[in-house]
Amino acid sequence: MNNIYDVIILGAGSVGTPAALFMAQQGQKVLVIDPAPSVGQGSNKAAIGGIRATHSDPAKIRLCLRSLAIFSTWEAQYGDDIEWVKGGYAYPVYGQREEQILKDLLVTQKSYGLNIRWCDRDEMLREIPDLNPEGLIGGTFSPDDGSASPMLSAHAFWKAAVAAGAEFRFQEAPTAILTEGGKVTGVRTNKGEYGARVVVNAAGPWAREVSALAGVDVPVTPDLHEAAITEPVARFLEPMVVDIRPAPGSANYYFYQHKTGQVIFCITPAPQIWGRDRAETSDFLPMVARRMVELMPRLANIRVRRTWRGMYPMTPDGSPIVGWAGAVEGFLQAVGMCGQGYMLGPGVGELLARMVAGTVTPEDEEVLRILSPERAFAGMERLK
Amino acid sequence: MSNYRIDQHPILPNAKREAVPFYWQGQHLVALEGETISSALFANGVRTFGHHHKDGAPQGIFCANGQCAQCLVLADGMPVKSCMELVRPNMRVAPADGLPELPKVPVAAAPSLPETTPELEFPVLIIGGGPSGLAAAAQLGRLGIRVLLIDDKHRLGGKLVLQTHRFFGSVDAVWAGTRGIDIATKLEQQVREQPTVEIWTNSTAVAVFSDHKVGILKDGHNYILVKPQVLLVATGAREKNLLFKGNTLPGVYGAGAFQTLVNRDLVRPSERLFIVGGGNVGLIGGYHALQAGIDVVGLVEAARECGGYKVHKDKLVRMGVPIYTSHTILSANGTDSVESVTIARVDEKFRPIPGTEQTFACDTILIAVGLDPVNEFYLKAREFGMTVFASGDAEEIAEASAAIFSGKITGLEIAKALGYEAGEVPEDWYRMSEVLKSRPGANYAEKAPEWEEGVFPVFHCTQEIPCNPCTGACPQGLIRIDKSDIRQVPAFSQIGANGKGCGGCEKCVTTCPGLAITMVDYRKDPAFPEVSVSYEFLKDNLRVGDIVTVLDTHGHELGEVPVTAVRALKANDRTIAVRLKAPAAIAKQIAGIRVQQPETTSAMEQVVMRTSDDTIICRCGRVTAGEIRQLIRAGYRDINQIKVVTRSTMGACSGKNCGPLIMRIFREEGIAMGDVVQNVSRPLFVEIPLGVFAGVGVGNGEGDDHE
Repeated sequence: MNNIYDVIILGAGSVGTPAALFMAQQGQKVLVIDPAPSVGQGSNKAAIGGIRATHSDPAKIRLCLRSLAIFSTWEAQYGDDIEWVKGGYAYPVYGQREEQILKDLLVTQKSYGLNIRWCDRDEMLREIPDLNPEGLIGGTFSPDDGSASPMLSAHAFWKAAVAAGAEFRFQEAPTAILTEGGKVTGVRTNKGEYGARVVVNAAGPWAREVSALAGVDVPVTPDLHEAAITEPVARFLEPMVVDIRPAPGSANYYFYQHKTGQVIFCITPAPQIWGRDRAETSDFLPMVARRMVELMPRLANIRVRRTWRGMYPMTPDGSPIVGWAGAVEGFLQAVGMCGQGYMLGPGVGELLARMVAGTVTPEDEEVLRILSPERAFAGMERLK
Repeated sequence: MSNYRIDQHPILPNAKREAVPFYWQGQHLVALEGETISSALFANGVRTFGHHHKDGAPQGIFCANGQCAQCLVLADGMPVKSCMELVRPNMRVAPADGLPELPKVPVAAAPSLPETTPELEFPVLIIGGGPSGLAAAAQLGRLGIRVLLIDDKHRLGGKLVLQTHRFFGSVDAVWAGTRGIDIATKLEQQVREQPTVEIWTNSTAVAVFSDHKVGILKDGHNYILVKPQVLLVATGAREKNLLFKGNTLPGVYGAGAFQTLVNRDLVRPSERLFIVGGGNVGLIGGYHALQAGIDVVGLVEAARECGGYKVHKDKLVRMGVPIYTSHTILSANGTDSVESVTIARVDEKFRPIPGTEQTFACDTILIAVGLDPVNEFYLKAREFGMTVFASGDAEEIAEASAAIFSGKITGLEIAKALGYEAGEVPEDWYRMSEVLKSRPGANYAEKAPEWEEGVFPVFHCTQEIPCNPCTGACPQGLIRIDKSDIRQVPAFSQIGANGKGCGGCEKCVTTCPGLAITMVDYRKDPAFPEVSVSYEFLKDNLRVGDIVTVLDTHGHELGEVPVTAVRALKANDRTIAVRLKAPAAIAKQIAGIRVQQPETTSAMEQVVMRTSDDTIICRCGRVTAGEIRQLIRAGYRDINQIKVVTRSTMGACSGKNCGPLIMRIFREEGIAMGDVVQNVSRPLFVEIPLGVFAGVGVGNGEGDDHE
């Protein structure tokens, strides 16, 4: 039958699209279903494009190292310019609290073989000459991290996935995940019914609703972050700059200069703003502008072009949920990326492909233990 | 460099302004006080301001309205929109070639940051101080309602301040017969009289947010949030674009930009102008060009008839401007700016007919192919559930007279929405509003009186349009248009109610906004009667005894006749009455005097065609029509996705210009509109610097007087 697939992926975003590519490349018959009219129209397009492996837990480090490898070689392998730039990530430090946090993390990060180092004040200013030197202590710098365009990446993954044989059905919403005897048998949508022995939940901020279609609860709740982009200017900034000092209204913020010359920036609101209202508020730009201009006075002169709000699908402990849902056989969760779906996507996609093919490695097993849907959700990610 | 200033204008006063020295690429030039960089450059003959970072294409002004970034230059090292930034003494201006360098700021100069962004509350916020915004503000002010009116320009009046011609419409309702520039002053006075109306000029709305606050860039460098109970969007219109080869060459721009340079800044941006589009905007643009001493080489209109008022078209034709109906523009030719234009006849499906191409030398091509409402603020406010109104062109494209009336009605409606006892909007206001908005109606054959004795006016006004100033002009009350429907063509009675006939006062001749009334006086010499025609050019162009070519309503040459009088009466408000002595056989047919000689408008001997197919959809990102077409043919239907691949709609103009053009390509490709997914529109609608949001303004410590 035409509508029988090996795998149905729900969500053509940062995770679902590369997953479809890697599964199709292995010869799986893949269908991706998304209510949006085209690829990456959910949260992918709201991502600002940072890609780093310098996390604090081994699961995310491993997945993102793979992502970095895929993003950085994409153009050479597939031909599309996804605007990858290896600019590194920098965490400049102005206070003892931040120095302590980052230096503690450095030990873990180095133990996983990450290329990251502590820079003193002068080294930091060499990496980022426009930083406000007043009170600058130093900071960490990881030169192998970088950035690319989430939208161009999603588009490129989609094109490659289609070329590899994956099918995409847009403007179609799943209404039921079909099961028989505790096993997945397919998906019903508002337009039809499709059979598959594996269904992947890659629905980002809608993960909980999609999971509920299989009768499984997954603790994913979206919160809201605002971002903005400027006009393009000549290159003046290489790394992503992350300032983890909390301030009234925000926990941290980060910005970088994209390959196009535009500066893209984002803030983490504190307290968190829960919900799905993606309408732009008046608070964000003045708040983030004050922080950015203070950190880098030169930014005062760059013109802001556009602002938007996106959703971070959060989990109770701030780590993603990747793994087979215990209660329903064949139902695979790839959700709760906590705002890092874009950088995790290709690594997670490859892992999902190995899970479906039954070729997981011992390293994968370790990653999956950490990201298990069945875990206790007790801890808290230190560097979200 | 040459002087491209208009030193003398038949309508506009030329106040003496201080000279301001500045530098362009190290060369010493002179601007005038209060002049924008773009106008100062044009006045010195500079029309190419830089080259695009993507493909090196030459860049110049396009909107002249702060809405795009085509005119970017570096001023004392700071990238600025040259159409909005005023020249400062000794400013060093350089072209923006490629991506601009972000100016460095000495850290010591970094000012301390304010804690919060100022927030204000007003019962009513009006965005736009043009005809409808001003009319609404006056109405609300009279009711004692507190209003904040903002406008992004340095003076109020919107596009009225560019309109040197007398207005059509109703004398009673909207000052018909008065020049647009003077209506602006009257409306502004009405608003300034209201103590409850606060006015911020040079203040741009940049976004409407979901928390019902409107972000405003005040005085160019202060960011303020305003939370109104009611928002009125009176932001006017923006010009539609057209796709043709070379459509972004410097020298191709809209009629609004042209009128800004000519009528606001008294700069002669062109010596030879070609116009695309026969609506009122294009026709009036041509007239304004002639008044500014610019040759108008021709005008193309794709339809069989011009869409604008016939009197506007007739006026242009008899001044010697050829109008090519059923013609379209094929290409703008030139390397770094426009050197010529190529047009062709079109068939009934508007396809160019091969072999009909003609090329005309020109340095500027005016695009006047219609207007779209500036409604992004309105749509956002509605999406966010605010109490919001739109009026004037932001609501529906029509004449400025209709915008004034629409503002007046909306003002009352807003008062009611706020719970004021403002009374019902009178029924006949709505009727008048509809009449003022109406498109031209039936056209009748021109019928001059049969008699050839005494003195009387001849009406070369044969089309139903909303206009009645002539009725009030006649002291004997001989000219009638039914007040209940001012669209009728005027009727003339030989004898009035007082038993008196036409006394030959010429009032109707000099009052008619269409310059479509002449007067024939047989009293001195029945064989060679005197014909009075109105004339709005420099008085010194014509002298008694000059021989002039006279033309009929349709621009046909009737003969050459002597000028017998040139009368510039103060009461006639800069319209000159010219008397000619003409043979009786042609006297009643004479509609006007040719002002432009036929050789001015002749085609070049050889047809020139631009070879590169660089029809540009997205000016900011330099995306071609071909790139978009290719994606549509590959099955792309979601504009969001087209945007991802091409970056169209994501540039400095935030898709204001390319959005409608992308839809047009979908239509050309035969795609059902229902299958096309519109892109999401996100603020800001005008780019402003991060430092402004931070509350510290901008600057690099050089030549900087912002703070």
